[in-house]
Amino acid sequence: MRELAAIAVFALAVAAVPAFVTSGYALNVVIMTLYAALLGQAWNILGGFGGQFSFGHAVFFGTGAYAMAVLQVKFGWNAWAALPAALALGGAMGALIGALSFRYGLRGSYFALVTLAFAEVFRILANTFDFTGAGVGLMVPLAATAARMQFASPAGYLYLILGFVVAGFVVSWWLKHSRYGAWLQAVRDNEESAAALGVDVFGVKLRAIVISGVLMAAGGAFYVQYLHYIDPHIAYGLGASVEALLAPIVGGMGTVWGPLLGAALLHALGETTRNLMGDAPGINLAAYGVVLVLMVSFMPRGVMGLFQARGAARGSTHA
Amino acid sequence: MLEPSILLASALNGLTTGAVYALIALGLTLIYGVLHIINFAHGAALMVALYGVYYLHQRLGLDPYVSLPIMVPAMFAAGYALQRLVIGRASHGKEENVLLVTLGIAIVLENLALFLFKSDTQTIDTPYTFSTMNILGATISVPKVVAFAGALVVAGLLLLLVGRTDLGRAIRAIAKERQGARLVGIDVDHVFAMSFGIGLACLGAAACFLLPAYYVNPQVGNGFVLIAFTIVVLGGMGSFLGALLGGLIIGLVESIGGLWLGESLGQIGIFLIFIAVLLFRPQGLFGARA
Amino acid sequence: MLEASGLTKTFGGLTAVENASLRVPPGAIVGLIGPNGAGKTTLFAMLSGFLKPDAGRVVFRGRDVTGLPPHEICRLGMARTFQIVQPFGAQTVRENVAVGAHLRHRGRAEALARAERVARQVGLGDELDKLAMNLTIAGRKRLELARALATGPALLLLDEVLAGLNPQEITEVIPVIRAIAAGQDGAAGVTVLMIEHVMQAVMNLAERVYVLANGRIIADGAPADITSNRAVIEAYLGQGTAERLRRAQGAVRI
Repeated sequence: MRELAAIAVFALAVAAVPAFVTSGYALNVVIMTLYAALLGQAWNILGGFGGQFSFGHAVFFGTGAYAMAVLQVKFGWNAWAALPAALALGGAMGALIGALSFRYGLRGSYFALVTLAFAEVFRILANTFDFTGAGVGLMVPLAATAARMQFASPAGYLYLILGFVVAGFVVSWWLKHSRYGAWLQAVRDNEESAAALGVDVFGVKLRAIVISGVLMAAGGAFYVQYLHYIDPHIAYGLGASVEALLAPIVGGMGTVWGPLLGAALLHALGETTRNLMGDAPGINLAAYGVVLVLMVSFMPRGVMGLFQARGAARGSTHA
Repeated sequence: MLEPSILLASALNGLTTGAVYALIALGLTLIYGVLHIINFAHGAALMVALYGVYYLHQRLGLDPYVSLPIMVPAMFAAGYALQRLVIGRASHGKEENVLLVTLGIAIVLENLALFLFKSDTQTIDTPYTFSTMNILGATISVPKVVAFAGALVVAGLLLLLVGRTDLGRAIRAIAKERQGARLVGIDVDHVFAMSFGIGLACLGAAACFLLPAYYVNPQVGNGFVLIAFTIVVLGGMGSFLGALLGGLIIGLVESIGGLWLGESLGQIGIFLIFIAVLLFRPQGLFGARA
Repeated sequence: MLEASGLTKTFGGLTAVENASLRVPPGAIVGLIGPNGAGKTTLFAMLSGFLKPDAGRVVFRGRDVTGLPPHEICRLGMARTFQIVQPFGAQTVRENVAVGAHLRHRGRAEALARAERVARQVGLGDELDKLAMNLTIAGRKRLELARALATGPALLLLDEVLAGLNPQEITEVIPVIRAIAAGQDGAAGVTVLMIEHVMQAVMNLAERVYVLANGRIIADGAPADITSNRAVIEAYLGQGTAERLRRAQGAVRI
């Protein structure tokens, strides 16, 4: 319950930001950090809590983004009606990929590669068909009104992304405090043991990838509403997949706060390198790559691991 | 549109590309077979090698084929150091960690290249870039034929190295039984690094054969990385012969699939093969059923 | 409670278990013994759904469970432990056991409470908040037992829970198993089928013993009868006991 309270306090604090900060630049930094946290939360459900490392989470992101864009542009749907459809399609994509890969027992690196291949297949498809605007991509017409999920001021977008992130928080908290979450983490730690204790390993993994897909699709939907544009490379390229796994690995996989913490630290790093090196292309991402290597090498439990290590040490002294 | 002559030209084209794919995949499958790691940075390393060949040509005027004796040892040394100093230390015994670390390396290499060389696509001009020859009535570019022959020669040398030398014996021993190899006194870490080095050396050779008929930009490796994985799983993880045949098959699929579906959709065939093999026949086409 | 008939499993050309049948009556402690490589663990894997038998049938509580996946068999009330312990290393003892408890308890608090009770029952009461990976071997064996027990089974398959323990630890665990079988704290008794290498423990606990050698059941009966069974002695002594004895005592002929 304390953690739920902390989530509520966080939400209120962020919601109050626009009252004190008016700079569009600063608000954009907050929004993009929350956005990165959302992608991280989505990946963290499957990768952090479930131990299934996806290298192709863009497949869910892109599906959410394209659903949002195509339904509005080609079918004239209202954005608020398109959103549930985008989330559902993200979940359906999760069910499809999960059913195939988990039914055939793909684990570890093989699972990572197969998700990547799915993302590539959809990238090429999106690149080919007019339906998705092919290589040119799709532009969502500007109409800055909340009725169409577009906002004249950044504060509107901040509330939108905050809503998604809070949903991600609640799901993560639920995984920490529910039977399903206990089963998912058991599957992560040892599938055979979990099965011996009555856990339906396939079903548990399948549910995780569906939830993860829905949340990731929310990220894609937000992207389209915020930046009004999507193309195959943004939607299904490696970039979104990497962004999704980076934050939880830096912050701490399988933790409630890890993705947000990771996203914040990565943004801070990004801003710092930009200040030091100027806006040179690539240098930002190169720094992220270095961080990824360093984290896996020296802090596999992420920054949250520092706090937990202290807690565990305390626990063992009085045990 | 599918006249026999076009089909033949397309098949020959596919085979020549396939041979280079095979060479790239051989390095990957060697690394997988010995270290049991999936080197996600394989494509990025190829990109680095291509830039190496490119700058040797631009700055020193070296012909790409003359660059072979420079690029192969250079890539070998880079691979040896990378495994010894970075990847080997980061794994903590978990394969996912290695995958993440090699992903990190790929990101670093690709973006450093973007920073240093900008995103422009570069090609080189050699006297033979546009020369063609006639095989069975089909016209085919000379660099591609050289690449085909070169890739096969290097693949043959690699097979000899693994089959006939002491290092090869150690490599095979470790691939089969890691603990046992350690027990009989093989320096496993050294052999790991040697294997990784040889894996990247293959890329050095591939880059020399590739560049005259190809191009380089910071993202060029991405296109190859999934293709190389596809070949490796198709041929059976760790199988050299499988990688060789797999490379040729994928080259054919891409080229003939492209003829039917257009270049971009033709690539889908490769990824669908990849997914299908992983799901239904993870031991590969030529691997024995476990 | 459990009736297996004609179970057979081959790997490649190698027959691991051939035409094995056994019966575990309700409330009993039944032992399954045999030399290394006899196929005991393979037989267990077929009973608990981890391996599909090539032939034969497993009937559990009157229901044919042959070929059901492990989690469904567990839900029907058959829980197993592993010879090579497989804890959820990054989780505490309490969390480990709670995974088992969740099978019958949806709520997190109830499952944790049940986990605590079961952990105390097997003597892990002082280590509830320890990470599983920090337990000793003996502790991990107890954890295996606790997790399986927490699923509320009617039948418990124990795969060498005593292996790797010192004599002191063995004498501590034996009464725990006996108490589980007898039922305690108002809980009903649990039927037990145990693979065991520690002969003294089997003789002490089991009322009936099956002997598996080279994949076949070569004998069954009361422990006292088994120890005097000629086939059993040969199966065992041929395999190494004789070797050990000879080395230890010069040249003892049996």
